[in-house]
Formats: sequence, C-alpha cells, structure tokens
Amino acid sequence: MSIIFDNVSKKYNRDYVALDKVSFVIKPNEFVSIVGPSGAGKTTLLKMLLAEEKPTEGRILLHDIDIHTLSGKDMNFVRRKIGAVFQDFRLLPQKNVYENIAFAMEAAGRPDEEIESDVPHVLELVDLGSKIWSFPGELSGGEKQRVAIARAIVNQPDIIIADEPTGNLDPMNTYDIVQIFKKINDLGTTVILTTHNKGVIDSIGRRVITMQEGKMVRDDPTGKYIL
Amino acid sequence: MEKPPFKTKLKRIIKAGFFNFWRSGYVSLASILVMVITLSVIGSVIFVSAILNITMSELRNKVDINVYFVTSAPEETILSLKTKIETLPEVKTVEYMSREEALENFRLQHENDQITLQALEELGDNPLGASLNIKAKEPSQYEGIANFLNEENILSSGGEKIIDKINYFENRIAIEKLSRIIDSAENLGSALSLALIIVSIMITFNTVRLTIYISREEISVMQLVGASKNYVKGPFVVTGVIVGLISGLITMFLFFPISYWLGNTTQNFFIGLNIFDYYLSNFFEILLIVVGSGVAIGAISSFLAVRKYLKL
Repeated sequence: MSIIFDNVSKKYNRDYVALDKVSFVIKPNEFVSIVGPSGAGKTTLLKMLLAEEKPTEGRILLHDIDIHTLSGKDMNFVRRKIGAVFQDFRLLPQKNVYENIAFAMEAAGRPDEEIESDVPHVLELVDLGSKIWSFPGELSGGEKQRVAIARAIVNQPDIIIADEPTGNLDPMNTYDIVQIFKKINDLGTTVILTTHNKGVIDSIGRRVITMQEGKMVRDDPTGKYIL
Repeated sequence: MEKPPFKTKLKRIIKAGFFNFWRSGYVSLASILVMVITLSVIGSVIFVSAILNITMSELRNKVDINVYFVTSAPEETILSLKTKIETLPEVKTVEYMSREEALENFRLQHENDQITLQALEELGDNPLGASLNIKAKEPSQYEGIANFLNEENILSSGGEKIIDKINYFENRIAIEKLSRIIDSAENLGSALSLALIIVSIMITFNTVRLTIYISREEISVMQLVGASKNYVKGPFVVTGVIVGLISGLITMFLFFPISYWLGNTTQNFFIGLNIFDYYLSNFFEILLIVVGSGVAIGAISSFLAVRKYLKL
C-alpha cells in the first residue's frame, strides 16, 4: 500500500501553521523515519494518516484513495490496516495484556479460535509471553510498549506508524524496540516512525524525512540525523 | 474479511460490559448507590401515589347524597325514579332503602335505647320514609344530580311532592370544599413527583456521564484500533444495564423492611391502607417498574454519554 502526501497543509486558528505544503511518497515495505524538533509537525502528519486530524489543504492518498473522503465506517476498515504505536502506549487499563491484544482482533471481526491462537504467538514475537495475564499497571514502560506493538501488528497491517515509540524508554529498551520494528519491516510491513533520538535514526540507517516548523526540509534515502 | 456472526459479537459485547463493571469496582459501586437513590425516589412515588389514590377514593366514597321520600310516596314511583337516576351519566351507584329496611336499621341503631323503641311501638305506624343513596363518579357532579332531583320532584305525578328532603343542600359546602381539596392534592402530588423523578434521573445521568468521562481515553484508543462505533458503545451500555439491574434489586430489597416498618403507621394515619400489604400484593408490578426504570436509565444514559466521546 503506497502512501502519498500531496501538498498537505494544516492550520490551527487561522494563524498557526502546523504543516506547510508537505509532499512525499512512501512506497510499500519502506522503513521511513520522520525527525525534527518538537512542534515540527511530525505527530500531525501521523494523525492525518489515521484520520484523527483533517488537512486544511491537500490530500492524503492511501492506495490511491483520499482517506479524508471516506465515511466513518470505511475509515474503520482502513484503521484496521494500519497499526499504531504511541509514546504513551495507550493500552486499555481495565484489560489485561491478552485482552488488550484480543480487543484489536475482535474489533476487526476475527473469530475466537484465531484470537486464541494468534495472541500468544504475537506476544512471543515481542518476547512477552510470560506477562500474558498481567494488567498494564503491572508492566514496565518497555513491556507496555511491546504490548502496544503486539496489538499493532496482530491484525497483520500493511502499515505500522509509531509516534515517538521510544520517547519514554531507557537505552536498552529503546534498542530492543527498534530491533522489533526492523524485524516487522523485514516481514514486509511499511514502518513509519517519528523520533528525535539520534541514536535510533543512526541504528536504523534507512530513509529519513526531516521536518522543521511545519515544512519538509530534507529527504535522505539512507539518512543520518542532521539538524 | 468475513464478518463474525451476530451471536459472537453480542457475546463479546456482553462479556466486555460485565468485565468493565466488575473491574471498575468503586466507580460501579458509586453508580449503584446513586442509582439506588433515584430508584427509591421512583418507588416512593409509587407508594405515595397509591396512598393518595386510595385515601382520595375512600374520601370520595364517603361523599354521597341521600334522598328521603315522604312516607306516602308509592314504592313504584320511587323505583321508577331510581331507574331514571341510574341512566344519568354522572351517577355511579344508586341504592334503594325501603321503609321497612329503614325501620329495621333504626331499631338496630337504637338497640340499647329502650325509651326510643317504646316511643316507636306507641306510634304503631312506621314513621320513616324510604330513601335513595346516590354516589356520583366525581364529587363535583353532586350539584347537577341534586338539581335534577329537585326538578323531578316539582314535576312529579299529580303535582304531589314525593321527596321530603335532599341532604345535598345541607352538606353542600363541605362537599364542595372536599372536592377542591381532592383536586388540588392530586395536582400537587403529580407535579411534585414529576419534579422529584426528573431531578433524580438527572443526577444519575450525570454520575454515569462522569464514569464514562473517566474512560474517554479508552474510547479513543478503541476507535484507533478500528473498533466500530457500536462495538465501542455496546459494553458501556451493558455496564449501564447491569448497574440498573443491581440497583433495582437492591431498591426492592430495601423497600421490604421499610414498608414493613411503616405499614402500621400508614394504616392508622391514612384510611385503611397498609403500605406493607400494598408492597406484597403489588410486588411484581413494583419490581417491574423499579428494575425497568433502572435498566432504562442505565442504558440510555450510558448510550448518550459514550456518544459524546466517539469521533469519526
């Protein structure tokens, strides 16, 4: 599934420009990092891909479909094709690890047998099999993020987007999480990741889009973190 | 992707709603407490209106008109007047008391009063006239009936009056006052209960909204992983239904000792209604109303509250 940002702008309250005519194409199975200081518009870009925000101008095409013209119901189908991971994990606190992941599968309408076999499997993939019945409150930051990643990939999405996924993690966990994303990408999923951690970018060594004050200032095919 | 059968979906929603209720612990408890108060108000309104209704109808029954006939009035004429009165739309019942029955009643009433009985014996003839006891459907209708009787009396056969007296004209002021009191008591009662019910429903509604406000982040996460609106709403509505159901049962359970305790007091204070007997004999109706209101309030307020946090 290719992603096209076509001249996308986002303005808040008329004056504040969060995004200014941003255009780029992400091909299937790419691993793209979006970097830049806080307030550069990285998160806004990802929110638009999830239709959490609407662009003021321009279009966002997913597989040649402008997603902001879709109805709520159709957008639900699109969201099931996109796995999302956030800095603050966003797990459901009243549900245990198993149920958090099962919920995403239930929402996608998967049958019970599949849920029962896939959830333990995906937890093994993020190396968290032993915590299957724990609640989010009982997990460390790194473990929570692994649950979030497991939830994001369990429906075999075409795209994974990760907004500062290592922002709240120590260097050891950061390294592990980056390795998991690389593994996911190797299995054929597009990964879009925002960060302002130089070490993360350098260890990935793939395409880097640099944002500054709402504009795209650099697009390197095998970039380093330069600001 | 194939869609799961409706049964699976429903099962998942009910299960999620139950877990939601169980794991929210104190939040669920707080909703139940507030809901119990609301349902108690609704239940009390049922009891109060029952007391009021029965008291009022007892009072209404006590209002009547007696028409006393002259002793010479022929029985057939009285009976034909009775049939005529019965056809009036405002009349509920008419009872005829013959001269002999009147005498018998008089004797019974003065059983221990030898002097009066002796005087009666000495009279030889029966001095009492026959009478009709008339009950109207509404106390305000007595005037019309009394006027009708007056006209009938004037127009009666051969110009001879057969009615001795109609006691309405003596009791008129008391009857009018009573019917006004009954009317305003009913109006005030229904206005007050309506206000109470609305206020308590609003308080419950707000409590449910607060409990869902706590979950607003969760709601957005559920949508982010692609859950449809109904799939997000469902468990919250189920939780609301569970809260309503449990609160309704608790309220009914509380009414048992309360109405038992109040039973005798109400029986002595109001005309003949024992509230405990009322609770027992109308148990299933009250249960249905109380639990039904709980479930409806829980479900509707959850439904409306979640809707507020749904995007897309």
